[in-house]
Amino acid sequence: MKWFWYASPQTFYPLAGRMAPWFAAAAALLCIAGLYVGLVVAPSDAQQGEVYRVIYIHVPAAWMSMFIYVVMAGWAAFGLAFNTRLSGMMASALAPTGALFAAIALWTGSLWGRPTWGTYWVWDARLTSELILLFLYLGFIALQAAIDDPRRADRAGALLAIVGAVNIPIIHYSVVWWNTLHQGASVSVTRAPTMAAQMLTGLLLMAFAFWMYAIAVTLVRVRCIIREREG
Amino acid sequence: MLDAALCIVRRDLLLALRRRSDVATALLFFVIVASLFPLGIGAEPNLLRAIAPGVIWVAALLSSMLSLSRLFAADYADGTLEQMLLGAAPVGVVAAAKALAHWLVSGLPLALIAPVLALQYDLPAALYPVLALSLLLGTPVLSMIGAIGAALTLGVRGGGILLSLLILPLYVPVLILGAGSVDMASAGMGGEGQLLLLAALLVGACTLAPWAIAAALRISIE
Repeated sequence: MKWFWYASPQTFYPLAGRMAPWFAAAAALLCIAGLYVGLVVAPSDAQQGEVYRVIYIHVPAAWMSMFIYVVMAGWAAFGLAFNTRLSGMMASALAPTGALFAAIALWTGSLWGRPTWGTYWVWDARLTSELILLFLYLGFIALQAAIDDPRRADRAGALLAIVGAVNIPIIHYSVVWWNTLHQGASVSVTRAPTMAAQMLTGLLLMAFAFWMYAIAVTLVRVRCIIREREG
Repeated sequence: MLDAALCIVRRDLLLALRRRSDVATALLFFVIVASLFPLGIGAEPNLLRAIAPGVIWVAALLSSMLSLSRLFAADYADGTLEQMLLGAAPVGVVAAAKALAHWLVSGLPLALIAPVLALQYDLPAALYPVLALSLLLGTPVLSMIGAIGAALTLGVRGGGILLSLLILPLYVPVLILGAGSVDMASAGMGGEGQLLLLAALLVGACTLAPWAIAAALRISIE
């Protein structure tokens, strides 16, 4: 398998066009299944009642916002190391989706916080980290938008993404240490989850739906970028 | 290699000495911002004592950022920066020397003048050394991280405002630890933990940031 064959925008463009509808269809199907399980099948929470159901949007969005930053920084590092044009384009195509998920996570979180904590916003560690993550995304987008030469924009953005990726753990732990009110993580890889099986199923289905959506949208966006730059 | 670094630091300090108003402006900004808070919030002594570390630290952050856009701009405009990158000294050393000079001019004075502001805020005298030490450890980190942003935004449209968007989120840990050390000390728990972590950040920034600054300069110059 010649992996670098698809590293060229010209060959990747048709491939992305063929793959995007499949990922979009998978996203739609998983989203319907996830919402059905989450809103209809899953029981209401013992303490929070129906309010908790916002987690089917909130938690996957928060997961994806963090995951996409890592993927973006990965593409950025790859682009700096191998000087491939497509990597920079992938990084710029991922950024708006990541920022969107970060914004959705904050927004749904505050909608959940109002009835549960009695306030839209608290200076809790996770909320603050997510907000700073959103700022990092916006900084990346703003830097790329301010530079006219696309190659320089790619490389400058790549460096910023890597610096951000190095800093995110430091920021996260400094903020955690500063203040923590958010409930602990309910889903963990290492120990048994503390929620009902249907809830977990719905949550995972929605997470995969968001994942597929992110891939589909990124592929479409990278096609637009290729058309814009390579004409 | 060390000669080149010393040469750059000496040159930047000399330039700053010849243009004293630039240095004074950033320092004055620090003092004025810190003096505005009591006017906005009210002069209740207990409240002022509580907010003093945070306010002084935020003012230091903004003041240090204000002078960042000048860090490489003049050298970039007249071609000196290009010559430095072409020269024999490693670009990382050049970058570290520039950041060090920036700290000597804009960070060190903040640490020295901060106790005077603490006096305005009626902070107990026992906390002055903690505040000054936290600024001494923290402001070099600000200069190092800030230099990455300054190098990235060289010659870019709206560079100054963009710079703040890029680096302020990265300043968060320094702010939390710096203000936290004084808060802890004033609560009688000692700020050593935060100061040690700040020192760790400083060591980390001194090791890693010069590479990033050098890479950013190369990207901006080519």
